[in-house]
Amino acid sequence: MRQRETPYAPTPDRIQKGPGSDADAPEPPTRVPPQRPEAGLNSDTFIQIDHVTFGYDASRTILNDVSMQFARGKVTAILGGSGCGKTTLLRLIGGVYKPQQGRVIFDGTEIDTRDRDQLYAIRRRLGMLFQFGALFTDLSVYENVAFPLREHMSLTETMIRDIVLMKLNAVGLRGAAQLRISEVSGGMARRIALARAVALDPEVIMYDEPFAGLDPISMGVTANLIRRLNDTTGATSLMVSHDVQECFAIADYAYLMMPGGIVVAHGKPEELSQSTDPQVRQFIRGEPDGPIKFHYPAPPFAEALGLPQ
Amino acid sequence: MAKKSTETLVGVFVLLGIIALAFLALKAANLASFSAAKTYTVRARFDNIGGLKKNAPVRSAGVSVGQVTSITLDKNTYQGLVIMKINESVQFPVDSSAKILTAGLLGDQYVGIEPGADDKNLANNDLIKQTQSAVVLENLIGQLIFNKAADAGSGSTPAPAPGPSLAPAPAASAVVSGSKK
Amino acid sequence: MIALVNSLGQATIRAFTALGHAAYFFLDLLRYTPSSLRRFGLVVDQIHAIGYRSLTIILASGFAVGCVLALQMYYALVPFGAAESLGLVVNLSLVRELGPVVTALLFAGRAGTALTAEIGLMKAGEQLSAMELMAVDPRSRVLAPRFLAGIVSMPILAVLYSAIGILGAWLIAVQLIGVDPANFWSIMQSKVDVTRDIGNGIVKSFVFGVICTGVALYQGYETQATPEGVAYATTRTVVFSSLAVLAMDFILTAMMFSTS
Repeated sequence: MRQRETPYAPTPDRIQKGPGSDADAPEPPTRVPPQRPEAGLNSDTFIQIDHVTFGYDASRTILNDVSMQFARGKVTAILGGSGCGKTTLLRLIGGVYKPQQGRVIFDGTEIDTRDRDQLYAIRRRLGMLFQFGALFTDLSVYENVAFPLREHMSLTETMIRDIVLMKLNAVGLRGAAQLRISEVSGGMARRIALARAVALDPEVIMYDEPFAGLDPISMGVTANLIRRLNDTTGATSLMVSHDVQECFAIADYAYLMMPGGIVVAHGKPEELSQSTDPQVRQFIRGEPDGPIKFHYPAPPFAEALGLPQ
Repeated sequence: MAKKSTETLVGVFVLLGIIALAFLALKAANLASFSAAKTYTVRARFDNIGGLKKNAPVRSAGVSVGQVTSITLDKNTYQGLVIMKINESVQFPVDSSAKILTAGLLGDQYVGIEPGADDKNLANNDLIKQTQSAVVLENLIGQLIFNKAADAGSGSTPAPAPGPSLAPAPAASAVVSGSKK
Repeated sequence: MIALVNSLGQATIRAFTALGHAAYFFLDLLRYTPSSLRRFGLVVDQIHAIGYRSLTIILASGFAVGCVLALQMYYALVPFGAAESLGLVVNLSLVRELGPVVTALLFAGRAGTALTAEIGLMKAGEQLSAMELMAVDPRSRVLAPRFLAGIVSMPILAVLYSAIGILGAWLIAVQLIGVDPANFWSIMQSKVDVTRDIGNGIVKSFVFGVICTGVALYQGYETQATPEGVAYATTRTVVFSSLAVLAMDFILTAMMFSTS
């Protein structure tokens, strides 16, 4: 059932990916709690989360029977509050952890976390943008973006320089190439991290909370970059966020998760905005009280104050 | 990927280390003396080696000419077998004698070689036939008391003091050479 | 009462698990060290950070200890009329014991904590995860060069400590106290053996280097990714390194310098 993944070598053709090249995509799961996604988005699944249950230790379950599909070449958003396992999902796709139940399928092949060669091959095709950038503090901006190039390919210094400057130019920071990491602001750090994430032109780009803590201008810049990058390279983008407005502006498809690690809704952004499900409505509109209660569970207030009931 | 200045400083660091090591080895230890010289082996048997230790110097007329390489018990004769290496530039006649002497009053013990008169010289692995063991303090005290008693007792010629090499070998001669350890 | 025994048992099991975990970590470090020779630029960077930057404290400490040793030993030797052996006594103390051990303790405090904090903060800033997701093994790229740099730097620092200590002692003994300079050096030269004393001292410092660097890297790598976690980890580095160094010193001294 599990096929060996051959080591991947980057070629120019890969940038234009059309539908239909994925002949051996597995069938979508038959048992789906919410409605099935539309056929158009479904025919070309690049990454699939298949009934995954996962917890870091036996007591806490972070993801509870989660099933998702990420279509090739599309921007898919994963929305949810804190503690619903969104970041863990990204780590499972990266092969960092093994799910207790279920499978993670990457381009038709189930991920086996013990197979180092397979993991290596998968991660070569993957680019991840961490929440605060996770830039290497002991290297300069230039060296950070050049890092994946130096580690995985043997290019001449001129070629490395060309690629690094191209990537930095794409995120608008070519002039900052010689700065040290301690000298850049938060927003700049994220853009540099984005340049580093796409240095090898990956097929999948994962964004962990790309909008958290940014001012409106930076948010707009980031959203713009994510969408443009996706469209020009044909990559598959996964965004994990709780910023509904920005995500809906650029996403093709969205999943909504709740604490406890369950998917409560999924669909195109327009559909979700008009959903009548109370959980979905509370999240999308940002209502303080709804299915997710405002008050932490407690005995009645009058009782706590010692007043007669 | 290291900057030029970093590499230079690391080079300086390592160089300092080498210089310090050289300083320690040459100026503060005995490297300069025996490393390059060629040596030949000479053996000797002693009734009592006293406090002689491995690597103790071998001297002739007080000048260092070699080193003790090993001390073992000869199972046939029950004597201490001392093997030493001597500089090739120094040759001793075959009838030379070896004694175990003490440097200073309470110092370490060493092997002193007194040259004989023969024409032939000691070759590699030869045995020095004439040896004198270390002085054992208990025997000396014993002799002193014996002599004193003999003097007081008979008033006639005191018994000749037997040479230290004829005295049987009791164990603890560490008293003689134990102070410096 | 039962609860006490129970918690004791649990603590023991935890300690052994941690020990086993640490042992695996050490083996991993050794496995990745040869590959770090290929990234020699990284190793050089780390030798600079770990070794070169420790020079100030090592040299200052060595000099001070050498001077103090000379003074103290002089007063101790004079009643025996053995003041001329001052050089020898100071040399042996430094080269056999104080050089390797004090250097290791200072190293653990200065370079060890720096390593732990750096790695802990890299972990907290998700740099190690980022590296892993970029298909670069952080143990090979971050830990192994630092390990190699540590075991290279430590003997150099120990030798420097002893050397400058002897110089300090010479200064005090010959210039200040008035010990005869020729005797100072000649008695030292006649009694100090290169392989036995200096060689064993270097072997000791090498072992201490492995211990201090290994513990520092382990604590940094396993720390909780919070400020308190990092602070706690640096404390543990110093404590564990120091205890391990002192224990190994006893064992090594017994092995090496027992009268043969």
